[in-house]
Amino acid sequence: MNALYALIMVLALVIIPLLGAGAAGWHALFGVVLPYLAFTVFVLGFLYRVVKWGRSPVPFKIPTTGGQQESLPWIRQNRIDSPSTKTGTVIRMILEVLLFRSLFRNTRVRLFKDETQLSYGSSKFLWLGALAFHVSFFVILARHMRFFTEPVPALFNWIETLDGIMQVGVPVLFATEIVILLALAYLFLRRVLVPQLRYISLPTDYFALFLLFAIVISGILMRYFVRADIVDIKTLTMGLIQLQPEVPESIGALFYTHLFLVCSLLVYFPWSKLMHLGGVFLSPTRNMPNDNRMRRHVNPWNYPVKLHTYEEWEDEYRDKMKEAGIPVEKE
Amino acid sequence: MAQTPSPDNLVQSIDYTPPRKNWLDNVPPEFRLGNFSYPAKAGELESFFGYEGAKEWSPMDEDWQLPENWQEIIYEGFRERLEKYRSLKVFMDICVRCGACADKCHYFIGSGDPKNMPVLRAELLRSIYRKDFTTVGKILGRLNGGRALTQDVLKEWFMYFYQCTECRRCSLFCPYGIDTAEITMMARELMNLLGIQTNWIMGPVTNCFNVGNHLGIPPHTFKDIVDFMVDDIEDITGKRIEVPLNKKGADILFVTPSGDYFADPGTYTFMGYLMLFHELGLDYTMSTYAAEGGNFGLFTSQEAMKRLNAKIYAEAERLGVNWILGGECGHMWRVLHQYMDTMNGPADFLSVPRNPITGTVFHNAKSTGMVHITEFTADLIKNNVLTLDPSRNDNKVVTYHDSCNPSRGMGLLEEPRYVLNNVCNQFFEMPEQTIREQTFCCGSGAGLNNDEFTEMRMRGGMPRANAVKHVHDKHGVNMLSCVCAIDRAALPPLMNYWVPGVDVTGVHELVANALVMRGEKERETDLRGEPLPGKED
Ligand code: SF4
Ligand code: SF4
Repeated sequence: MNALYALIMVLALVIIPLLGAGAAGWHALFGVVLPYLAFTVFVLGFLYRVVKWGRSPVPFKIPTTGGQQESLPWIRQNRIDSPSTKTGTVIRMILEVLLFRSLFRNTRVRLFKDETQLSYGSSKFLWLGALAFHVSFFVILARHMRFFTEPVPALFNWIETLDGIMQVGVPVLFATEIVILLALAYLFLRRVLVPQLRYISLPTDYFALFLLFAIVISGILMRYFVRADIVDIKTLTMGLIQLQPEVPESIGALFYTHLFLVCSLLVYFPWSKLMHLGGVFLSPTRNMPNDNRMRRHVNPWNYPVKLHTYEEWEDEYRDKMKEAGIPVEKE
Repeated sequence: MAQTPSPDNLVQSIDYTPPRKNWLDNVPPEFRLGNFSYPAKAGELESFFGYEGAKEWSPMDEDWQLPENWQEIIYEGFRERLEKYRSLKVFMDICVRCGACADKCHYFIGSGDPKNMPVLRAELLRSIYRKDFTTVGKILGRLNGGRALTQDVLKEWFMYFYQCTECRRCSLFCPYGIDTAEITMMARELMNLLGIQTNWIMGPVTNCFNVGNHLGIPPHTFKDIVDFMVDDIEDITGKRIEVPLNKKGADILFVTPSGDYFADPGTYTFMGYLMLFHELGLDYTMSTYAAEGGNFGLFTSQEAMKRLNAKIYAEAERLGVNWILGGECGHMWRVLHQYMDTMNGPADFLSVPRNPITGTVFHNAKSTGMVHITEFTADLIKNNVLTLDPSRNDNKVVTYHDSCNPSRGMGLLEEPRYVLNNVCNQFFEMPEQTIREQTFCCGSGAGLNNDEFTEMRMRGGMPRANAVKHVHDKHGVNMLSCVCAIDRAALPPLMNYWVPGVDVTGVHELVANALVMRGEKERETDLRGEPLPGKED
């Protein structure tokens, strides 16, 4: 049901440009106005969210330690999972952000009821699926930079060559296109097939997946099936970048659909869970060193609290203490 | 008291298939004896928090008689905490519901209740956040997973945020480090604003504040207990030892959880500390004012935690000690390691801790000024200053349970193992996915170690017990060691239920068994009065 809502929403997002840019021919709207708008919303929204997070202080140093602390010199510290230095913490973050280190730990529990036996198998599929998705996503993004640069920097060309290294098909098939489809399919299927995941999945979880699907598929269609004119598209995209928008007539509805879906993603991004892209850097359980007892952390809103002072306390117990021979301050 | 089902029935009742109905259509949770903790006493809420309008109530009541403006109180409290804690704000926003944390929680594993998946536990709060604190949530409402704050939601909060032991196992596996323990803390603070709190937490908090320890043991009784133990030690070792109390000018203040001097088997660990300190001739003191290392404030609110914790530094300053040594306890060390210095420091009246026997300086504690007893003892053993006879523990086949807080909130993993390997000859680890940073909770942490909650405790403790059973069957393990006072109270019934034949001990009980004291008589028994290996007749 939740998936269905999401599907309907994404289908609506597909139909809008087909009607607007296709049937009605509002190319300037879909090719220029909306992209500018979406990009602005994305940038400002992203900043707004990060600034909003940043405005809340971090009152306590609460790293989740995943290994041996630094203590006695002859005990080997786990400098990455329980870092006590800045460098260690940065390495921990890099591994987390680029390689999904925590997800790599993933296990799956199984209960054998008749023997009352629990087992914990390693389970790396989620890690693999997530990594495959994210890597392809960023490679594809990098490949698209050729539409926004002239001349195209060597880096983007290399990435593209590397991505097409299989050398199959004309035009050359990109590995990332297959991988991202498979990864998205996996992420979707586990949501609907694993009962617990289905239970926790919200319409918005499916929405993000379907939207990405739609973007990838419209892109693939354009590249291999309904060939779009790359030169014209580049005229449009370069115009956008140089703030001198120009809308070549020949660009078809499929391109506008692709573009509109990307715009939708940009607009949706800052207000959704996709902000994990920014949030992961701010997670206090990961980005703080485990040096708690070495370096004091200051809580900016620390305030005095009501105490039961020693003096008050001794007043209450003095007689008993003296009787028991426990030293007191006031005789 | 409810009847706890037999282990077999309990296992059979676990069903990981979630119900068909959307969880957002909250059905009020079913409170039955065994799955919730009794509410706090009105008087304690009044005296400690100055909370007005507290009344006696039961979670099983249909109508919780909430104040008229209770939603406003929650919203206001929520807003305030979002502004104060980046952790809360970020964790509310970035969960992608990937489910990696789902089967990492011992309560989910032992109950199959989907709301015990950390992600859904957090969503109970997040659904309110989304509806009322986010732009998209206000527009999309339910499509975005938002829902209105009703009394049923509050009932769910009480149910599930008191079925979380703040163990942080979920946080370890989450790709963004989302720590459901942190979310539970916030939710408990919010409920606190309405006077919704449990007796087993509020009682210790009040006692600790008023009297000096969770159990409400007044100073003179504390002394009696210590004297009693000194007698026992004399019976076993032939040595009469001194225990300094409130001694000014001592080098070290020793602070340990009150569970250690209240009930078996913690008391044996306590005797262990005393014997070790005596043997070293350590210039230390205990305090009857700061007579509690543990801190149930941690399970209540940061303010309560701070109020209780403040006594330790205050007492260290009054007595003029150089540094503080802390006993074996899990949540106590979360507070000491991650909160104390920030809340009640800087402790500039202390010096950098230095072991007076070995000369080792504990640079890792240079700011807080407080050292964990296994760090201290590991250093002693490494420097060969103790005479140890591990064969005295030969009738014990030992394994080690990492408490959640020292492992995932501190990183204390090797120190206790080093000590154990030097004081006993038979030591076996449980499976890798159940120890060290991946350790499973005892099922009774975060103030849930109460009788009325027994069924859930047995469920939550199942993964831990199951791992013990594994080494019990494979290696004949009969002794489960730990560095936590809650564990020493919670694990014996858990073992009894799941793995009969396994006893529970603190690390320093084993240390003291093995410790050869100068001039001691030939020992016949261990600290429990049971015959040493070879002296059984
Ligand atoms: S692992 Fe983290 S991101 Fe994934 S569902 Fe759990 S809390 Fe959310
Ligand atoms: S902190 Fe522990 S008890 Fe709480 S949700 Fe996470 S795994 Fe479960």
